[in-house]
Amino acid sequence: MALLTLDTIAVTIGQAEPLDRLSLDIDRGEILGIVGESGSGKSMTALAIMGLLPLIGGKVSAGAIRFDGVELTKLPEADYRRLRGKRMALITQNPMTSLDPIRTVGAQIDQVGTLHMGMRAEAARERSIEIMEQLRIPDAATVHGQYPHQLSGGMKQRIVIAMALMGEPDLIVADEPTTALDVTIQAQIIQILVDLVRQRGLALILITHDMGVVAQACDKVAVLYAGRLAEFAAVGEIFASPRHPYTRALIGCIAKEGQASGSLVGIPGTIPGVFAYPSGCRYHPRCALAVPACAVNVPPEQRLGAARVACDWVTEVAHG
Amino acid sequence: MISYFARRLLLLIPVFLGLSVVIFMIIHLVPGDPIDHILQIGSSPERKAALMAKYGFDQPLLVQYGIWLGKLVQGDLGDAIILKQPVSTLIAQNLPYSLALGSAALVFSTVIGVTIGALAAMAKDSFFDRALMGIILAGSTVPSFWLGLMMILIFAVELGWFPVSGAKNWQAMVLPVLTIGLGGIALVARVTRVAMLDAARQDFVLMLHAKGVSRREIYLRHILRHAMLPVVTLLGLKIGWILGGAVTIEFVFARPGLGSLLITSLNQRDYPVVQGCLLMLGIAVMLGTLLADIVQAAMDPRIRDRVS
Repeated sequence: MALLTLDTIAVTIGQAEPLDRLSLDIDRGEILGIVGESGSGKSMTALAIMGLLPLIGGKVSAGAIRFDGVELTKLPEADYRRLRGKRMALITQNPMTSLDPIRTVGAQIDQVGTLHMGMRAEAARERSIEIMEQLRIPDAATVHGQYPHQLSGGMKQRIVIAMALMGEPDLIVADEPTTALDVTIQAQIIQILVDLVRQRGLALILITHDMGVVAQACDKVAVLYAGRLAEFAAVGEIFASPRHPYTRALIGCIAKEGQASGSLVGIPGTIPGVFAYPSGCRYHPRCALAVPACAVNVPPEQRLGAARVACDWVTEVAHG
Repeated sequence: MISYFARRLLLLIPVFLGLSVVIFMIIHLVPGDPIDHILQIGSSPERKAALMAKYGFDQPLLVQYGIWLGKLVQGDLGDAIILKQPVSTLIAQNLPYSLALGSAALVFSTVIGVTIGALAAMAKDSFFDRALMGIILAGSTVPSFWLGLMMILIFAVELGWFPVSGAKNWQAMVLPVLTIGLGGIALVARVTRVAMLDAARQDFVLMLHAKGVSRREIYLRHILRHAMLPVVTLLGLKIGWILGGAVTIEFVFARPGLGSLLITSLNQRDYPVVQGCLLMLGIAVMLGTLLADIVQAAMDPRIRDRVS
């Protein structure tokens, strides 16, 4: 059984439904990429897994989330809290703002140790520094006593990762962990995360809008569009034979070596807002292959081996 | 950092000079003068002119100011015209009463205000939050002199729990502290509540939730610490404000203090005393602000790094 299973979950925030019937699973030692444009429901997925939707006034309104045999959507908050930071950890998008500016970074890592691991202050400090050193933070003992504004963005993201590792989690959910960083630092941080999965056998959900990151790091990929799954497949399959027209368009957006500048193609149009989802297939207004039926019928997910695709044209597209 | 605050202290000198001009001019431009209070009805104009000359009031205003300032920088506040004592002695006699009342009211309104603000923020938009903030808003619109009179009527006259007036024992301080403090509570509670809600929206709070820290601890240990930064600024301003705000309350409760001294002297146009009292209040505001900045720097490493 998979470590984490999302079983046809829907998320609602008031009248809005930013996530609709999403199913995913991930096992230990795997890296699952979740890709899509802003507003596709990626971050909602992260918050749903972490049980943090109530903070933004949302909830999982249908379906189930199973984590190591435990059904999370029915878990009392006090029990959920014991999982958070210990068995599942979150790495957020912007390390500049996800650390408390008036506490030392060390104290913020130590906190996980004293909270979840039964450590005394001194033991937590030693363990924090150990983890910081493993993440190749130079002069870790000094950095431990510094404040976030005294560190670079890449260093801060390492601190956030150290915070995640302190609880020795089984699952890390990384929500666009490199978006706010310099390109040169991005690759380093992704490599750190990949190494963690390979060395410690933990499961990593990597949320990104960058297909390059997906290609570099992930084992399997879920492509989301406007709150629904478009395609779910192994990473090799996605790049070798993308089936959903949206996936194909996304991959078409990656600049290739030798490509003339100016010949980059974007996807025409923009992703619809959560209150303006079109009927039928939500991608149809932007889809080059759309026919009138696409505006009426919600395409069911079709299984193709281990992959799933939500497009009625999938057979034609796959063979075309 | 110490050099930064030393610089800040030096910068207070021009502020102090400006303050002295304003204080001096305001009281001298108000109609009436202390001589009228000394003279008896029917005194001759010659007698008045003689007294005016004795106290130097026949000189141009600017010259009078120069003389006052000259003495001031040597630490001499001058002598009271009506009360016939050195102004510094009068202030020294009255200041301790004001300080005791002001600091008690400040502590009282801070502790209660922060508590109410924090509870309201944690229960945002609930009935509890709305009710609490409603009461606070209503409370803050009540004029303090009227509140003082009502307190005397209910708790001193009717119930007899506390003395009506005076400053003989600690019981005499309860009603004035409550009266001044209640207005302060409203302000502190509202600033605390808004600052906490503001801090609660920041990313690091989401991160704290994701780390499995309990909501209670997040609010009371982490968010509250951030919310204290604007509250400290407010309190810095209120140090002076409470000393000055106590003016009418001291009068209502017939307590000695800077406020009582100021009002009496104002009525008698006792220039040197009025000037001395106002200067004290001004200095309290200036030092309060500086003190707030120092406390903030101690609380926030970003400020600390910026100033050093």
